[in-house]
Amino acid sequence: MERMLTYVQAIGEAMSQEMSRDPSVVSFGEDNIGGMGCDGKLGNAWGPTQGLHEKFPDRIFDTPITEAAFVGAAVGAAASGLRPVVDLLFADFMGVAFDQLINQAAKLRYMFGGQGTAPLVVRTFYGAGMRGGAQHSQSLYSLVTHVPGLKVVVPSNPYDAKGLMTQAIRDEDPVIYFEHKMLYWTPGEVPEEPYTVPFGQSRLVRSGTDCTVVALGRMVGFAETAAEELAAGGVSIEIIDPRTISPLDEDSIYRSVEKTGRLVVVDESPPRCSVARDIVALVAENRFEALRGPARTVNTPHTPVPYSPALEDRYIPGPDSIVRAVLEAVEAGGWNGRRQDRLAGTQSPVA
Amino acid sequence: MLRTIRAFEERVHVEYAEGNIPGATHLYAGQEAIAAGCCAELRPDDYISSTHRGHGHAIAKGADLTRMMMELFGREGGVCRGKGGSMHIADFSVGMLGANGIAGGGVPIGCGVGLSAKVRGTDQVGVAFVGDGGANQGAFLESLSLASVWQLPVVFVVEDNGYAQATASKYHLRGLDVARRGEAFGIPGAVVDGCDFFAVRDAAVEAVRRARSGGGPSIIDCKTARFFGHMEGFDQQAYRGSGEAEKLRAERDCIQRFTASVTGAGLVSPEEFDAIDREVADEIARAAEAAKAAADPDPAELLTDVYVSY
Ligand SMILES: Cc1ncc(C[n+]2csc(CCOP(=O)(O)OP(=O)(O)O)c2C)c(N)n1
Repeated sequence: MERMLTYVQAIGEAMSQEMSRDPSVVSFGEDNIGGMGCDGKLGNAWGPTQGLHEKFPDRIFDTPITEAAFVGAAVGAAASGLRPVVDLLFADFMGVAFDQLINQAAKLRYMFGGQGTAPLVVRTFYGAGMRGGAQHSQSLYSLVTHVPGLKVVVPSNPYDAKGLMTQAIRDEDPVIYFEHKMLYWTPGEVPEEPYTVPFGQSRLVRSGTDCTVVALGRMVGFAETAAEELAAGGVSIEIIDPRTISPLDEDSIYRSVEKTGRLVVVDESPPRCSVARDIVALVAENRFEALRGPARTVNTPHTPVPYSPALEDRYIPGPDSIVRAVLEAVEAGGWNGRRQDRLAGTQSPVA
Repeated sequence: MLRTIRAFEERVHVEYAEGNIPGATHLYAGQEAIAAGCCAELRPDDYISSTHRGHGHAIAKGADLTRMMMELFGREGGVCRGKGGSMHIADFSVGMLGANGIAGGGVPIGCGVGLSAKVRGTDQVGVAFVGDGGANQGAFLESLSLASVWQLPVVFVVEDNGYAQATASKYHLRGLDVARRGEAFGIPGAVVDGCDFFAVRDAAVEAVRRARSGGGPSIIDCKTARFFGHMEGFDQQAYRGSGEAEKLRAERDCIQRFTASVTGAGLVSPEEFDAIDREVADEIARAAEAAKAAADPDPAELLTDVYVSY
C-alpha cells in the first residue's frame, strides 16, 4: 500500500517540493504563515503552508488584507521572473481582486502579443458545507472559466491535488486552483516523489455503459456513491473527472457519450452559465447524434448559499440528486425493454 | 449596554462550544466600549455598517437579543430568518445594515448612507465600522477619497484590536495611524483608547456633530483589545504571547474601567450594577432558551428572497 496523505497535505507537499526545486517560487497571502509581527509562535491553522516558513523563511510571508494589491503584485512578480503561489483564502474574496485576475493576469500574454507570461498560481478554497454563509461558501469556478487566459483547476482527491499543484507551479500561465474545503482532510494515496498531472486530461473514475456522468471537485465522490446505488439497481454509469475545466478535456467526454448515449453533468455552482451547462452545450453542439435523450445537469439552486444547516444541507447537490438525474436521463434515453429489471431496487421518483 | 454585549458574547462562546451554533462566529468581547460609545451618539434613524465581528454593533444599535440569538442558531425566527448567521447579523429595523463577511466590504456602504442622507436632504449619519486589517483594503482608502470629495456625513470607526486573524497590527499597519491617513484626504481623525467608553464617546460626539451639521467625514481610530480568539472553534491563539489574553482581561477591560470610574464618581452604586448584571443575565438566558426552542427554517425558504418577485 502506498503512502497516504490528506488533500491539504498533498498540496503542501507539492508546494514544498517545488520551492526546493525552484528558487523563483514564492508564496504569500493573508496569514499564509500566520503570525507575522506576533510575539507568539506562528499560528496558521489549516492551510497547506503550515511548516513551510521554517524551510523557506525568505520566500513565504504574510500580507496585509490587500487582495487587489497582492494578486496584482503576483502578476508583476510573475512577469519579471518569480513564480508566486498566492493564497486567496475563501474563493469569495476573489471579488476584491477581480480586476487583477480578469483584466491583468488573464490578458497579459495575449494583449502584449506574447511578449511575456504570468506564471502565477492563485490558491483558493471554495464550496458549501461549513455553515460559512453566503460570502464564504461559493463555488466560483464557473465564473473564471468564462475568462480566456486563466487556467482553472478543480482537484477532487489528494493524488490529483499534488500533481495538479506541481503542474500549476511549473505552468507558464495564471492558474486558479480551487480547493474544496470539505475535502481538506480526505486521505488518499500520494507518491512521495514529485509528479505532474497534465492540464486538459480528465480522469476516468469508473467505466460504465448506460450513462456518462461528468463531475467536478467534491461532486466526484458523490457520483461514486451514486454509482454504487445505481449499480445495485442495474444501471451502470461511467464517471469522468475533468480535473481542469480550462482547458477542458472535451474528447474524453465525447468518447464516453458515444459509448453510453446519455449524459449527466454535476457541478456545485448555481445553474445559469455554469460549467455543467457549458459541457452539455458542448456535447449538444458536437455529438448531438450520440445522445439517445436529453442530457441532465445537477447544480445547486439558483440562490446564494444559506447559513442554516436545515437549508444548506438541501442546497448542496448530493448522491440522491445524481441518482435521480441519471435515472431521468436513462429513462428518457429509452431502455429497449430492459428497463424493468434495471430499475428494480432503486428509489427513483421517475421509475 | 456594555454588560449586555459582554454577556451575549460569553453566552455565545458557551453555546458554540456546546455545538448549538453551527457556523463561523467572531466574538466582540473586549471591544464593547467602541460599539456602545459610538452608537450612544446615534439616533434610531441613523445607519451603521459593520464588520464580520458584528454582534456588538447590532446590540448597541438596538437589535433584538432573542432574534439575534435565533439567527446564530440558524433558526426560523432569526433576524435574517436563519439565512445569514453570525457573520451576517443585521437588523434593518434599527438601522443596522449588516455584518460583513468581506473585510472592508462594509465601508463603502457607510458612504452610501451618507450619500442617501445628503440627496434626500435629511440630517442622518452613517457610521462604518472596520477592523485594523480591513482598513488596509482598497475599499477603505477609496471610501475616504469618495467621502471627502462628496463631503459625506460619515464616520469611519477603526477598531484596532492588535490583530488581523493571526497577523499583528504592528506588522500590517506601517507608517501613520489609520486616523492620520485621513489627513491626505482632508478628513479629521482622532486616535482614542478604545477600552475607555468615555474617550470613544467624546470622539463620537464630535464626529457625529460634524457629520450632522454638514461638516463632512471623520475617522475615529480606536485602540482596543480582543478577549477571545479571532473566531470560535478554530483559533488556538498560538500567535499570542503567553499570558497575553489574561493580561488584557486584567488591564484593558472596558467594563471594569467604566464601572470603576462611575462608582468612583458616586454616580451608580455597586448594588445598582449588580442589579443590572442580574437583569442582563436573565435577558440573555431567555434569548438562548428561545433560540433553542425555535424551529428550523421551512425548507421552502431556500428559494425565497433571491429576487423581488413581481
Ligand atoms: C476580503 C477579505 N479578505 C480576507 C478575509 C478573511 N478574514 C476575515 S477576518 C480577517 C481579519 C480581519 O482583521 P480586522 O479587520 O483587523 O478585524 P478583527 O478580526 O481584528 O476584528 C480576515 C483576514 C475576509 N473576510 N475578507
